[in-house]
Amino acid sequence: MNVETFIQHALNSLTLGSLYALIAIGYTMVYGILRLINFAHSEIFMLGAYFVFWGFTVLHLPWPVAIAVSIVFTALLGIAVDRVAYKPLRDAPRISALISAIGVSFFLQNVTIVFFQAIPRAVYRPEWMESPILMGNVRVLPITLFVPVLSVLLMLGLLYIVYRTKTGLGMRAISKDIETSYLMGVPVNRVIAITFGIGSGLAAASGIMWALRYPQLQPIMGAIPGFKAFIAAVFGGIGSIQGAVVGGIVLGFVEIMTVAFFPDLAGYRDAFAFVILIVVLMYKPTGLFGERMEVKV
Amino acid sequence: MKRILALCMAMIFAFAGMAWAADDTVRIGVFLPLTGQNAFGGQLELEGVQMAHKEAGTVLGKKVELFVVDNKSDKVESANATKRLIEKEKVQAIIGTYGSSLAMAGGEVSEKAGIPQVGTSCTNPLVTQGKKYIFRVCFIDPLQGAGAATYAAKTLGFKKAAMLVDVANDYSVGLSNFFKKSFTKMGGQVVATLNYQSGDQDFTAQLTKIIAEKPDVLFIPSYFAEGAIIMKQARELGATFKIMGGDAMDNPEITKIGGKAVEGFVQTTFPYDPSMKNMNPTAKKFTDEWKKTHAADKDPNVNAALGYDAYMIIIDAIKRAGKAEPEAITKALAETKGFQGVTGDTTINETHDAVKPIGLIEIKDGKKVYEGEVAPEL
Repeated sequence: MNVETFIQHALNSLTLGSLYALIAIGYTMVYGILRLINFAHSEIFMLGAYFVFWGFTVLHLPWPVAIAVSIVFTALLGIAVDRVAYKPLRDAPRISALISAIGVSFFLQNVTIVFFQAIPRAVYRPEWMESPILMGNVRVLPITLFVPVLSVLLMLGLLYIVYRTKTGLGMRAISKDIETSYLMGVPVNRVIAITFGIGSGLAAASGIMWALRYPQLQPIMGAIPGFKAFIAAVFGGIGSIQGAVVGGIVLGFVEIMTVAFFPDLAGYRDAFAFVILIVVLMYKPTGLFGERMEVKV
Repeated sequence: MKRILALCMAMIFAFAGMAWAADDTVRIGVFLPLTGQNAFGGQLELEGVQMAHKEAGTVLGKKVELFVVDNKSDKVESANATKRLIEKEKVQAIIGTYGSSLAMAGGEVSEKAGIPQVGTSCTNPLVTQGKKYIFRVCFIDPLQGAGAATYAAKTLGFKKAAMLVDVANDYSVGLSNFFKKSFTKMGGQVVATLNYQSGDQDFTAQLTKIIAEKPDVLFIPSYFAEGAIIMKQARELGATFKIMGGDAMDNPEITKIGGKAVEGFVQTTFPYDPSMKNMNPTAKKFTDEWKKTHAADKDPNVNAALGYDAYMIIIDAIKRAGKAEPEAITKALAETKGFQGVTGDTTINETHDAVKPIGLIEIKDGKKVYEGEVAPEL
C-alpha cells in the first residue's frame, strides 16, 4: 500500500468515525443521566434526516432554515418520546424502560414507512459538497473536514453545559441519585426533558450529516449506524461525552483499516465492531473513560 | 357412536366445503417485499401484478381474487407469508418474489404444500433446483453474470475487472461467481474481489482498495439501493473505470439518487425497457397502459413488467389446464412454450426457468437507454 492510498483510507476513517461519534454523543448523554439505553435514538436520527430533506424538497425552505427546523422538530420529538414512553416508567425496573425504548424504535420506523414510504429517496446536495478537494491523488470531500470539527465543537459545547451550567449540575445530580435530587429541589423532569431535547437535536444533526455523506434516505437507515454508535459509546465508556467521541473515531478507523489491510474480510467488518464490543465488555466493562459504577445499596 | 361419527363426517364436509366454498373464484396469492430493504422492487412488482389483474380479472368464467402479503424483505417473514397464503387464504397459486433469498425461503413452504409458485425476479439457480412446484418468469444468474462478462470482454475489450460483492446475498454471490468464471475464460483477469454486507452505506474502504488496483471495469452485482451509493462514492474517490451491474439495479430512481455518478453505467436486464425500439405487442400495450395511469416522469421498469408476466403466465396456465387446481396449474406451467410476455417470449425449460434473451441498458445523459441484446458465453 502506498502512502497516498493510506492517507485516503485514514481520511475515510476520520469521516466515518466522526459520524459515529456524533450519534454516540446523543446515546451517551441520555445514558449518563438516566442509565437508560435509548434504542429509539437511531430512529430519531433517521427522522432528523427525513425532516430536513422534506423541508428542503417539499416545502422549499433554504438549507439553513430546513436544518434549523429539523433540529427543533426532532428535539421536540425526543421530549415527546420521553413523556410518552419513559416518564411513566421512571420508577419501574430498568428493563421495562428498555423494552419501551425498543417499542418506540419499531413504532417510529413503521410510522416513517407509512408517511414517507419504504422506497429509498435521493438526497440533493449543494453543488460544493459534491466536488472533492484534490491533494495529489488523495481526495477530500468538504464533509470530511467539516464533520470532525463539528463533532469536537459539539463535544466542547456539551461539556460546557454539563460542567458549567445549572442545568448541567442538575443532570449530574440526577445521574448520581434521582430520588435525592427530587428531594433537594432539582426540577428532575425538566432537566430530563432538556437532556432528551439536546440528545435528539444531536441525533438530527448527525442524521443530516450522514445523509449528506451517504445521499440516500430510507426508514431503516438508522439501524446500523445506531448500533455502531452504541458500540462506540460503550467502548468510550457509556455516559462519558469525550469517550463517545474517541470511541466513535476509533471504531471508524478499525472498520476502514480492517478492509484496507485484510480485504478478504471486508464483508465481515460489522462483526469486528461487535468483537470490540464483546472484548470491551469482558475486560473493561466501563470503557475507556467510564467511571466505575457504584452499587447502590 | 354412529352419531358421533356422523357428526365428525358432517364437520369434515363442512370444512372441506369451506375450503372449496370459493369455487366460483380463483384465489392467487402474492408475496413481495413491500417494506424493508427491497421495498422498491417489491412495490413495483406489485403494481405490475395489479395491472395484469385489472386487465385479466376473470379466467374460465371465474373471478380472480388477489391476496397480497408483505414479506418485509426478510427470509423468516417470507416463509411465514407463504404459509399464511396457503393455510389461511387457501390460494391455488402464488406469485413471488423479488429477491432470491426470499424466494428460497418461501419456496420451501410452497413445495411442501404442493402449491405452484411463480417467481418474479429471483434469479439464483437454487430457487428452482430440485423443485416440482417452483417456477419463474426470469432467467437465471449464470446467464446474467456471463452476459455482463461477455459484454465487458468482447464488446468493450476489457482485460482487468474488479468485483464488489454483497456476501449476505445469494443473488450477489451467484452473479459474481459466474461473471468471474466467464470473464477469466475469455482471457480477462479479476484483479480484486471485495465484499460488503446488505445495508452497508460506507464503501469507501473497499473502493479505495479497488481504485488502487486500477481495473478497467468494476462489476457490482448489488441491489439498487446500495449500487447507487457505491457509484456515487466511487466517483467521489476519483474512480474512472466503467461500472457494470445486474438486473437488481434496474430502478427509475437510480438516476435521481446517483446523479452524474451513474452516467455510463451498464447493466444486464430482461429484454424490456420503455426506451426499447422494437417492442412486442404485449410490451407496447403494457407501456401505454402504464403511461395512462402514472405521472409523465414515472416510467415502468422491468420489475413491474415481471410482476405483470408472472400473473399472466399463471392465468395462461389455468386456461390451458381447464381448471384452477394446484396440481393441474403446475403441470400446465411446466409445459409453457412461447408465451408472449412483456419481457419477451418465454419458454419454461426442464429446470423451470424462463429462457429469454439478455438485454443491456446503459445510462446516457441521465436516461436509461436500451442497448440491445447479448449472447452470453458461459
